[in-house]
Order: sequence, then structure tokens, then C-alpha cells
Amino acid sequence: MPKSPVIQVKNLTKSYNDDRILDNISFSVARGEIFMIVGGSGSGKSTLMRQMIGLEAPDRGHVYIEDTDITNCADRDFRNALNKIGVLFQSSALIGSMTIGENVALPIMEFTDLPKTTIANLVRMKLSLVGLECYVDHLPSELSGGMRKRAGLARAMAMNPRILFLDEPSAGLDPITAADIDELIMSINRSLGSTMVIVTHELESILNLGHRLIMLEKSSKQIVAEGAPAELKSKSADPMVRKFFSRRANREHEQISEGSDGTVIF
Amino acid sequence: MGRQRNKSLFTRLSKLNLQKIETLNLGYQISIPMQKFSSAYSYTITRHDAGGQTVYLNGHLSIETASECLKRLLNELNKMAPPFYFDLTAISVLDDYGALVLFELKHHLKIPDAEFHIINPPETYKKTLSLVNFDFNERCSVTFGHRKNKIITEIGAGTLEAFAGIRFMIAFIGSVALAIKEVLRRPKSLRGQDTIIYMKTTGVNALPVVALISFLLGLIIAFMSSLQLEQFGANIYVASLVSMAMVSELGPIMTAIVVAGRTGSAYAAEIATMRISEEIDALFSMGFNPTLFLVLPRLIAAFITIPLLTVFANFFGIVGGLLIAIAMLDLTASAYITQTIETLTIFELCWGLMKSCVFAVLISGVGCLKGFQAKGGASAVGQAATAAVVNSIFLIILFDSFFAVIRSYIG
Repeated sequence: MPKSPVIQVKNLTKSYNDDRILDNISFSVARGEIFMIVGGSGSGKSTLMRQMIGLEAPDRGHVYIEDTDITNCADRDFRNALNKIGVLFQSSALIGSMTIGENVALPIMEFTDLPKTTIANLVRMKLSLVGLECYVDHLPSELSGGMRKRAGLARAMAMNPRILFLDEPSAGLDPITAADIDELIMSINRSLGSTMVIVTHELESILNLGHRLIMLEKSSKQIVAEGAPAELKSKSADPMVRKFFSRRANREHEQISEGSDGTVIF
Repeated sequence: MGRQRNKSLFTRLSKLNLQKIETLNLGYQISIPMQKFSSAYSYTITRHDAGGQTVYLNGHLSIETASECLKRLLNELNKMAPPFYFDLTAISVLDDYGALVLFELKHHLKIPDAEFHIINPPETYKKTLSLVNFDFNERCSVTFGHRKNKIITEIGAGTLEAFAGIRFMIAFIGSVALAIKEVLRRPKSLRGQDTIIYMKTTGVNALPVVALISFLLGLIIAFMSSLQLEQFGANIYVASLVSMAMVSELGPIMTAIVVAGRTGSAYAAEIATMRISEEIDALFSMGFNPTLFLVLPRLIAAFITIPLLTVFANFFGIVGGLLIAIAMLDLTASAYITQTIETLTIFELCWGLMKSCVFAVLISGVGCLKGFQAKGGASAVGQAATAAVVNSIFLIILFDSFFAVIRSYIG
């Protein structure tokens, strides 16, 4: 069913010191879908996300979040647009001097006028959503990587944003925790109906979660594939896409081979 | 995650749904009108004949409306008697903020243990409601914040921490000693390139500020002492006073304090950052000795450059005094210089430099130690830098007083 796009990216171009990362990229994200931005390392996935959440201004092009052009709008509109989104950063970005509870409470205290005890309960609810209700008073440094990711997710969801940006939510986690996070993302998407933009290169997550994806590629700096993950996996003719989904090495001729006497020959 | 959420509202809903609410009498009704916002809520309260009331909630009970709705309903319901029934049939949007409103209402009513029922929750929002565990009030209502400790626990923890700090310091001194031994045995193991870079940042880059401060200090001492000495016609002794004060006390101390603020903090912050981002662990696992790799270049750089800076500080201080002597005291440059040379002895110069060597060790040692002790997040870096400056300035003054006592015995 065609839904109105919540995010639209139009002709986006970005370079760092003459080093072009993204070249004339356009796509849109529909309401309620889990949208994946995939691609190899250095293909500009995270850069694209940084443009989409307004952390950096693109060299050319526009990013619309629910009809607000965040690349070119008044400060107030920009702030309103920011209130609609929640971001889980790659390294969780929890504030180290605050407990997990305080981290989650931070936006709630700032943007609502609920009483303190109510906020404390809300924080527990948010944390129980990610299974961390017993860690309210722990400092981020006392938690494991997966827990920090989950706490970061709870903070990103604190204000019930309509759009969630997740930068590599399951990277660096064990398969079970990663699957837990995937399941969590899926249930949040289903129950809250929030749109999700996920930057990832985890094949499992892409296939399990993604409704639609775009694949970025390093050499062309453009979108090489767009569509449903399962379809792309089975049908795409693009060699890059096939390699990505079948997890094949790009530089096969450089692979290490083993000599007959057990020594490694390059 | 959250699978063991027992006794949640969700499990109790099935029971509640079976309860029949009879006799709804419209004798008493409070309504608030819908608002103009896109996300608006309204409610109607109906009193039953048999006692109790039903609150019919309409529209959005969500993040935008939660705090206002909570305030209003709490106000209304506190005027009424339980039991309370909440009819959610007409709710169009219910998020976790909305569920929380119901939870808070249950627990903040003035009547303790008031009967509280939720009826006809829309199927789609049962899951949201199940997020709020309606029974964990006691566990939940504790306001979060920093963990509260009893005073005795805190004293105990503080003592243990202090001991751990001392142990860490002794271990650090030991590892520095071992690293020095290693360098003496195999001079190649010292990272020479790093040492030269640190000598530049610690010494050359600090020269302008040290020179300026000691020059001004020389001016001030000369000026202040001339006010007194002029009364006795002892102008020439301004030269003695300035040179003596600079070389034996102020030169070493001022240099040390400036360098502690400039470089000691930088050492601590840099090493602390490396510590919290696991760079030191990486060095260790690659087979490097972190002390040898990080501390010795800084220690040696400070040990060489701080006495040199002190020499410059002494020189500029004396120049400052000279300027005052010529401009205000009618002394000639040659008389001033002769008097200075007569006052200063080799012993005096060496004593001052020896002190600044000790200060150099203190500054770089404390800086590195505080860096190594850092753990946690970004704030640990700031704490390390602050602790390094405060501790090294304290130690500089402390050791200077030791030297003053020793001095009084030898001479």
C-alpha cells in the first residue's frame, strides 16, 4: 500500500575535503516501514545518516522530515523536526557521568512537565521495554556493550519519536543479543508504528527486519540497489549486490592460500 | 526481554473484563471538551448509584496530553470515593505515557488501596498497558538518582579507595623505576622521537609565557623592594634581592606552577583519554611496557626542559629588576649586574636548579599517574586533569618547604 513518505532525500551530495562520499542520492522512506541503509564499510552509510538527522549539512540537496526541509529551514522548525526523531548512535553515546535512568530521563525532564516520581516510573517502563529495568542506577561504564545499546535505544525512544534512526544497532554484539535487539526493533515497530531507518551491514538483520533497503556502494558513491531485501537477494543481477548477500570476498585473487607444507602463501 | 513481567495489568485484564458494570446512572457528570490540537483528549466521569464512578476516556492519551490529563484527573478523583472504573473504549491513541497516567492515578490517589479497574481496553493497546506493571509501586516509586549510601559505608569505601590509590601510586613508582632501569640497560628502548616532541611542547612552547611571567615578577619585586630600600639609601640591594629571590625561590616555583598548569594537565588528559579508549590496553597487548612507552618520554622531557625553563625564568626576572633599577632608581646597568654577580653563588644556582629538577619529576609523575588512574567516561578525563594540576601544585609547595627546612640546616 502506498503511504506518504515521512523522509525524503533529494539529490544529496556530500564531500569531505574534496573526497566525495555521496553523489546525488535520492530516495524516500514511507511511514511505518523499517528502512535499511546498507553497504560495505566506507560506502557512506553513516555519513548519509548524519545528513538525515541534521548533524551535518550536505553540500547540495535536501532532506525533508515530514515536509520540513531540515537542510534549509528556520531554527524553530529544525528543533521541531528534531523532536520527531530519536537516534541510537553507533557507540550508544550515553552520557558517562549520568546513570542509565538519568540518561533516559534527560529528554523527558526537558520536554514534558510530568512530576519527578512519574518520570521515574516512566523511565523504568522505558527500560523494561529493553529489559534493563534493574539497571536504572548503573553508570554506562558498568554495563556491557549490548546493554549500552539497549539503554541507548531506550533513550532514543524516550519521547516516543515517530522516526527512529539506528546506527548499526547490532554491530559488535553476540548473535543472541543481536537477535534480541532485532526482535526488540521489530516489536517496537509493530506496537508503536514508528518509522525506522537502520544503518547496518549485518546480513541477518537486513533479511529479518528490513521492509525495504537501499544499498550504497563505495566506488560509484550512489545507490546501487533499492527494494525488498529478500527480493534483492534472490533476483538482483548486480554483481555487487550478489556479493553482498552471499558474503563473498571482493578481492578473491588476493586471498590467502595455503601451501602444501602448511606455510601461508600470499 | 521482559518475558517474566508477571502480575502485570495485562494478565489481570482478562479477569476485569468479565466484571459487569451495572447501573450506570448519569446523575453526576463531569466532562471536559475536546481541544483544538490534533492530539486531544477528553473525559467524562459518571457516578454509579451503587457508589464509585466510571471515567470514560476519549481521544489521545499520549505524550502530548499525559501531564495535563494526569493533573486534571488526579484533582477530580481525589474529590470522589472509590471504586474507580476507567473505560477505554473510546481511546484512539494510547502510548506508554498514557498507560503511565493510569498507573500514576492508581498510586497517587489519596485513598490508599482504592479499587481501580480498567475496562474495555482496545485490543491494540493491551500490550501498551501491559508495560505498566500495576503492582510494582513500592519497587518503582523510589526516585532514581545517585545511589544513596550510609555514612559508614561511605567512610569505608573512601578509606578503601584511598588505600587503593596509595597502592596504585607505589606500583606506579615501581614501574617507573623498572622502566628507567630498562632504559639505562638498553637506551634504544626509549622512544627518542616522542621525547623530543614532548620537550618541544613542554619546553619551547612554554618559554614565552614563563619568560613573560618571570619578567613581570622581576619588575614587581624590584619595585616593591625599592619602596623600602630607598628609605635607607640602599638602592643597590634591589639587585641582590631580585636575583636572590628569583634564583633560589621564585624562578623554580613559578616555572613549576606554570608548567604544572600547562603540561601536567595535558599529560593527565592525554593518558586518561588513552586509558578510557583502551589504547593503553592495546599497547600492553602488543607487548609494550606502557610506562616505558608513555611515562618515560614525558618524564625525561620534563626533567630536561623544566630546569632550562627555570634558567630562563631567572634571567628574565633579573632583566625585569634591571629595568626598574635603571628607570626608577638611577642605578647603572653595570652596577646592577656587578651586584647581581656578587650576590649569586654557584651553590645558589645549583640549589634552585636541583629544586626544579625535583618539581619536574613531581609534575610529570603526578600527571601521568592521574592519567593512568582514570576510569569511566568523558568526565574521568577532566577529573584526571584537575587532579593532576591540584596535586602537583600542592606537592610543589610542600617540597619547596622541605627544601627550605633543609636549607636552614646546611646553611
